[in-house]
Formats: sequence, structure tokens, C-alpha cells
Amino acid sequence: MLQLLKSLTETDGVSGDEGRVREFIKKEISPYVDKMITDSMGNLIAVKKGSAENPKKVMLDAHMDEVGLIITHICDDGMLKFGVIGIDQRVLLSKRVMIAGRVPGVLGIKAIHLQKRDERNRVVKADDMYIDIGARSKEEAEGLVSLGDYATFTTECEDIGSGRIKAKALDDRAGCAVLIEVLKDNYPDDLYVNFAVQEEAGLRGAGIAAYRINPDIGLALEGTTCSDVPGADEHMYSTVMGCGPAISIIDRSSYSSKDIVNGLIDAAEDAGIPYQMKRTMTGGNDAGMIQRTHEGVKTGVVSVPVRYIHSPAAIMDVTDFENTVSLIKEFLKKGACCK
Amino acid sequence: MDIFDFLSRVNNLSGISGYEKNVSDVVADIFKEYCDEVTVDSFYNVTGKKSMGGGRNPRVMLAAHMDEVGMLVTGIDDKGFLSFEGIGLDQRILPGQEVRVHGRKELLGLIGAKPPHLQKPGEANKAVDIKDLAIDLAMDCDDVKKFVRVGDTITFKSPVIHMNGNRITGKSLDDRAGVAVMVQAMKELDHLNYGAEVRFVATTQEELGSRGAQISTYDNLPDVGIAIDVTHGDTPDAPKEQTCILGKGPAVGMGPNMHPKLTHRMMDMAKEYGIAYQPEVIPGHSGTDAWVMQVTRSGVPTVLVSVPLRYMHTTVETMDLNDIKNAGRLIALFISSLKEADECFNY
Amino acid sequence: MKQLLKKLTSAYGPSGNEETVREIIKKEIEGCVDEIKTDSLGNLIAVKKGSGSKVMIAAHMDQIGLVVTYIDDTGFLRFAPAGGFDVTDLIDRKVIFGNGIVGVVSYENEIKEIKDVTVNNMYIDIGAKDREDALTKVQEGDAAVYYTTFGGNGDRVTSCALDNRSSCAVLIETIKNLKDSPHEIYFVFTVQEELGSRGASTAAFAIEPSACIAVDVTDTGDTPKSQPMSVKLGEGPAIKVFDQSVMVHPAIKNIMIDEAEKLGVPYQMEVLKAGGTDTGAVALSKSGVPSGCLSIPCRYMHSDSEMVDISDMEGGVKLLTGLLNDGIRI
Repeated sequence: MLQLLKSLTETDGVSGDEGRVREFIKKEISPYVDKMITDSMGNLIAVKKGSAENPKKVMLDAHMDEVGLIITHICDDGMLKFGVIGIDQRVLLSKRVMIAGRVPGVLGIKAIHLQKRDERNRVVKADDMYIDIGARSKEEAEGLVSLGDYATFTTECEDIGSGRIKAKALDDRAGCAVLIEVLKDNYPDDLYVNFAVQEEAGLRGAGIAAYRINPDIGLALEGTTCSDVPGADEHMYSTVMGCGPAISIIDRSSYSSKDIVNGLIDAAEDAGIPYQMKRTMTGGNDAGMIQRTHEGVKTGVVSVPVRYIHSPAAIMDVTDFENTVSLIKEFLKKGACCK
Repeated sequence: MDIFDFLSRVNNLSGISGYEKNVSDVVADIFKEYCDEVTVDSFYNVTGKKSMGGGRNPRVMLAAHMDEVGMLVTGIDDKGFLSFEGIGLDQRILPGQEVRVHGRKELLGLIGAKPPHLQKPGEANKAVDIKDLAIDLAMDCDDVKKFVRVGDTITFKSPVIHMNGNRITGKSLDDRAGVAVMVQAMKELDHLNYGAEVRFVATTQEELGSRGAQISTYDNLPDVGIAIDVTHGDTPDAPKEQTCILGKGPAVGMGPNMHPKLTHRMMDMAKEYGIAYQPEVIPGHSGTDAWVMQVTRSGVPTVLVSVPLRYMHTTVETMDLNDIKNAGRLIALFISSLKEADECFNY
Repeated sequence: MKQLLKKLTSAYGPSGNEETVREIIKKEIEGCVDEIKTDSLGNLIAVKKGSGSKVMIAAHMDQIGLVVTYIDDTGFLRFAPAGGFDVTDLIDRKVIFGNGIVGVVSYENEIKEIKDVTVNNMYIDIGAKDREDALTKVQEGDAAVYYTTFGGNGDRVTSCALDNRSSCAVLIETIKNLKDSPHEIYFVFTVQEELGSRGASTAAFAIEPSACIAVDVTDTGDTPKSQPMSVKLGEGPAIKVFDQSVMVHPAIKNIMIDEAEKLGVPYQMEVLKAGGTDTGAVALSKSGVPSGCLSIPCRYMHSDSEMVDISDMEGGVKLLTGLLNDGIRI
């Protein structure tokens, strides 16, 4: 599983540019699924038939895209201006990026010696930042990159601490990895697994996939906020690292169906899998789009706790990840719960 | 009918979001001159169908919106002055504007501006809040109430005129200029061979979130979507990286809201036929009908063509006629390049 | 009407947990309609069959609520809002859970300024000794609603949940009064409106009506130094022109005005600057549904003591019944 996480997180795929991630996932899952479709936005929908006599349609969703930047302008002096997709602009300064997978650049900042005292406390807005690729002029820069190229952080996936990994894009390659593992087993219901695009651009991909699939129930897999860090109150942690997969009750985009929440809790308790309830209402995800599709769909959300999502480097506990895989498998094996 | 003639006929009509019927009626008549069939739906979206005959190969839907920014009457005081709410506009343009109030009959009004001698010190340096403004109809309360009620619509009075060279100015060029682009494309297609079934849709309620485009796309079930809107033209007070240059041709949108292969096809056609264009990178919401078209039903691959426009959402919107014409030409050439099961739709 | 309203406002039904109020509404209308069903999100759909075009009449039955997200070691409950709340409307208020457990809402003592109070530093106190004791009374995921008494003077009534049980009452009375209609009518008591009209969208998708009238409450501009707004309590139901979710279809608006004039029902025109309703969600369904909204003027919305005028509701029933009798066609 660790090699899978390494390959997934080190592949670049900002919202709108998920092709490389999609090709990787296609290769990984093709031995285990009956059919694969790529739709007009690039969602990868994999269908795996179930063994039951009257199988329900269960839609599982994890998004392939990560937060990143897009080049909007090439300046006369060779510097690049960019737009932000999903990132907190405070994490951008003094980072390396890779543009179009091959051109390294840096997000520099005026040296502290050259700053006025009050400047040091002010947030630099993304509109005022620039990427330096070492070009000396507009022409030179145009030879290296193009308008519309995407840029990602260059974080390597590595072991850290005890049983944890550090990587970029764990939100939501962790969710994708969970679904890849889940697909390797067999279940009573028909699985429609959507590896979604453009969730970070505003939950853009899942809706059209849900429309196409028209499922009976839906479950979104996320890498979610884990704020068990200094400066946060316990009830604001959202989730706690090491306490297992987090089940959501309510978030900005959906209210989880009680049947599904209870089904997940039952599956966890019966199989002795540790789990936690997500403590805050923050964040929206693809479940919101699935819930609203057609005549309404019962949905739930299960997340792997990840510290520092939407920033260049995040941390995840490997046992939390493995327990998430186990929980989803157990839940699916019991059969769809909204009878 | 050339572009300026079209705009002269259509521009001064009043039609804020939801109230586009009179614009819709005129646009439908004009579409009938160039399309095989014209229909109007219950939300006043006008659809003109055009093909060379023989099925849909593929079905292409164009969208440009007819609604304009404006206001609604929210109250009538005992002296007959109207309070109002803005729908989509910048409140700083309001003091001193001439408006038309659409009640039982159309009335001319003026948004009063407090003369400088009566302002408090410092007041001149603050923008006037819309709730401190009133429309003066120069009538007393009882007469006003005979014609006007809460909820009546209000539009600006600023018909389109020629400026120097190819420049024009007026209200609601956003996005009736886009509808003009569609009419230009209809004319250009008459000189081309194309297999597509084309649906030109003059949409409604874009300023409230592309509501007309949403239901029209659902209804038309296109294979490809082309949104046509305006984009910010270059002015001294705006950063270069956020504007496009007037006169340098239409802007082609690039980013997650647009299908990459179709977008490259559009730019390739421009290069092949020597039409100047400007790439416009949009990191997220394009602020156009493309945003809803892309995610309708099980998805529609969408491209965006925009025409540079200065001073958006004011009564002095300014554009270059050549940009409008070239946008229409480019889109027609793009349409004629599309074939059934064309590889460029897929990923 | 008052008795019905009292019963409805004391029914438990926070967004996402509408089962209890749904059963109460169902009992009120049983026998007055041809078919009653519940869909997968919990919308209650009551059909009066007919041979004409389908019309949808919608009123949301959910109310704003507080969802318990975390119970700390000392037995205090942290929560997330289901719906829009002003924190000042919550401080020192009593709330009640579906199982009857009562609590008080307060905030962390170290916060000195009211403007610094946010949902994140508030809690519900159910008087529990510790987490274990709390868990015998409530679970994470349970939702609480305002706990207030229904009261008032004459036609002016105050209670929590007048948004939107007053509209539900209008629908129920209309269902009971309605004799004939050229339409097949779908009365939908929707869910999760306070979370963004989620129930209305999915119900409209299934029903595919040719027109819709939603019934909801709206703000007024008749309290001391209030924000400018023309609607007043007691001057009749309001015919909506605009809110954040919808620019009401002009033809539907005109039909509503004409009917009110015909029946001699006093009415007002409404432009609501902030806030949306189910109207917009239905209007944008599939290929579009011309939609309007009948609004009940309501002061102090989303507080535990909202206020409406029963005569506005009765005018609303007359107008809605008249519209359905005469037909809504554009």
C-alpha cells in the first residue's frame, strides 16, 4: 500500500489537469473491474458488478485532483503570474514548484533585510506574488512554459515519525488509494467507483458522474482536516491522528444519512475497527453533489485524518489508512443498508 | 444587418434578469432571418436551430446572454421618491444617472446626487451607499403610485453610439455584444461547409448565475458548448495580467472550466486562418454561462470565447467592433471543423 | 388556525431530522388528498389528482437546529449549526432535543466581547456530570431546536419555528379548503431548506411540474429604524418579486396579483435583499419551472421568538386556494 501511496501522491494532477493520475489509476484497477469510462470532464468511472441477486447501485467517490497553481501571465522580466486553485495563500512563500511536470520554479519573497518592519506581519496576497523560473526575459520564459500550464508543489512522499507518511496531495489521493484497495475484493452490490476531477475547484466533477450513474446510495472518501495540533481546542481538532477513519455527521455540503452512519458504525464495531466521529462541520465534499442528484440519494462521508491539508506537505498515519480500507470493505460486504 | 445595426436594434431595449421578454421578442425575429427554426422557452431563452440538413453531427450549443444589470423598486416614500435595490451593478456609477422605471407606463427618472455645497466634510471622499440614493420622478406621491409599485424594474438609459474608429459605447454590451457575435457566426456559416447541428441560444438571467443557460442546456442536450461573453478590457487602473487588449481580437478561455482539447482546437483554427486572438487563463469560475454548461446532466465539453470590454456593468461599456466580428468568424470556423465522434472531445 | 400553528411550531423537526413533524403533518392531511408518499430525502408529497397540468406547491417543514458534534470529558456539548444562526440569537437560550432533553446555550467564559462569540466557542449545557452521564441523555449527531412557548396577543403570534411552520399551516388549510382545480396538485412539505433547499430540488426533479408556488416567510421593514423593506405585518400576504434564489417569473407574479385583486385579498409586493427560498431551487429544475412565492411577513426570523400575523396567513390561504381553483397557466 505504501508504494501505491507514493506513486499516487508524487503524480501531478491539479484541478483541470488530472490526466496523469487517471492513467495511473486505470492501470491499477483494470484487473479488478468490469468496465471503465472517462467522461467529458475527465472523471474516471469504474464499474464492478456485485454477486447479490438484486444488487443495489453503490457509488463510491474520491477525487483525483490536488490543489495547485495555474500560470496566467508571463511578465516582461521573465517572471510568471499565477492563479490559485484551492490553496491557502499563506503557505505559498518560499516554496518550490514544478510547472507542467518539467520546469522548476520558486515562489520567492523579498529578503527580510529588505523589508520594512510592518511588512513582516502582513500577509502577501497571491496577486502580488510571482514564480521565478530563472528566465531573464519574456521571450526566454515563453520558450520554457506556456499560459495555462499547471504548477504543483514538489514534495516527496517519505516515511516520517512512527508509522506515518509525509506527502503532498493526501487530500485526496489517500481516498483514491482506499478505493483502489477496496476494488481488489468482491461484494454483493454493484460498485460504481468515481475517481472525480475538480473537487478542489468547487465540487465540479462529482455531480455529472452521479447524474450518469444515478446511484441508490453514495459514499465519499476524503482526506480530511486533522487539527490535533498546538493552539487548537479539543473540540476543534476535527479528527485525531491514530484514532481511525472519521465518519461525518454533517458538513458544509451534505447531511449524512442516518442509515449510512449507523451502517458504518455497526461495520466498524462488529469487525473491531477503531473509528471516530468528525468533530466539526467544516469543509464540503463530493457527497453534497451526489446527495442532490436526480430524486435525491442517501450519502455518507468517511475520511482519513490528514494534518495540513491544502498545503505543500501533509501527514497521515498508515494505520488510519489501513483501517479506513478495512471499514469500507466491511461496510460494503454487509450489503447496502437502505432497504 | 451588420453588427452595429443589430446592437442599435437590441441594445436600448430594457431587460433585466427575468424580464427579458421584449429583448427576446426582437432577438427571435432577427434569428429567424438566419436560422431554420426559432423557439422561445418559458424563461425567454431564444433558440435558433441551424444545420446543413441530415441529423446531428455533433450538436453544438452556443450561449450568449441578453439580460442586463439594473434595479428593482423597493419603496415609495411620501414625497414620491423611489428607493431601489441593484441587481448586479456597481453602486458607484449611480449618482447622476438617468434611468427608466418600468411601471404601468415607462417613466423617466434621475438618481439624484447631493450637490457638493451640501455635503459634510469628508463625505465627498466616500462612495455613496445605495440606500442613501433615491430616484426622482419629479411627481408627487399620489401620481407616482398610479404608475409604480414595489418590485417594478428599472434600467439605465444609454443607447449605443459610435466612438472613434471601430469603437462603440453604450449600456448592456455585456452581453448583447455576445448575441451579436452569434448573429455574425450565423452569417459566416452560410459561406462554410459544416456537419454540426447548431443551436444558437440567447440566454437569460446570466447576471443572477447563468440560470437561463442552466435550464436551456438541460433542454438542448448538446454534445459541445460554446459560451460567448465579454471580458475585462485593458484600462490604466487594472493589472495587465487580469485584462485583455481591445482591438487585439477575441479572448479564448483556458483553465478547468474549459475542455482542454476543444480549447486548443479553437486556438488552432485562429492560427490557421490568421485571426488574432488572446489566450485568457481562468483559474476557477469563468463568471460566464460556461460554468453551468460544463456540469449539466452528465457533462458537456465547453469552450469560452470572450470579447474585450472596458467598464463592465456601467452605462459606458466600450468595445471594438472588429473584436466582435472576429469572434463570430472564429466560432464559425471552429464549428465547421467539428466532426461526429471527433477525437477532440475525449480525454 | 392558531391551534394548528401552535401544534406545528412545537413539533420537532430540525433540518435533516424532519421525521417527527412529517408524521404530524401527515395526520393533519390524511383523507384530504388522494395519495401521500415520502421520498428518499424525507420530503412529504401529498397529491390531489386531476387531469390537468401538474402544479407543485412547496413549503419547507424543517427548522433551524444545532447538531451535536462533540461531547467533552466534562459533559458539555459542542455543536454545529444546521441552518443560519446569529450567535446573539443563541446565547442563554433554551434548546430541546428530540427525546425531550433540555439544554442551555452559552459560550466560553474567557470571551469578553459579544462580537468575538462564534459557534466554535459556544456549547450546550444539559446539566450532565461528565461525558459518560451526557451519553445517557444524548449522542453525537443528535440535533436540538429552540425551546420556547407559543404566545401572542390577538392575531399577532410569537413562537420559534414560525419559519416555516406558518407556511405549512397555510398549505394544510389550503388542502382542507380546496374543492376544485384544473390541475393535478403536488403539495410538497420539503426537507433541508435551511441547508440550501436540498429537498425542493430533488422533489421537483421527480415531479416535473409545469408551475410552482412556494410558501415561505419573509422579512419586514416595520420595526423601529429597521433596514429599508416595504413589507409590513398585518397588510396581507406578500407576493415575492425577488430574493437571492429567484427573480420570480413575471407571468406567475402577475397571475398572483390578478388573483389577489379579483378576490379582494389585501397583498404586498416583496423584494428580499438577503436570503433565498425553495422557489429558486424548483425554478432551475431540469428545463425550468416558472415559479413564484407567497410570503408570510415575519419579524425576528431565526430567533426563538419570531412573530407573524394570523390574518396574513388567512389571506395567504384565500389567495392560494383561489389560484389553485382558477388555475396557474402562462
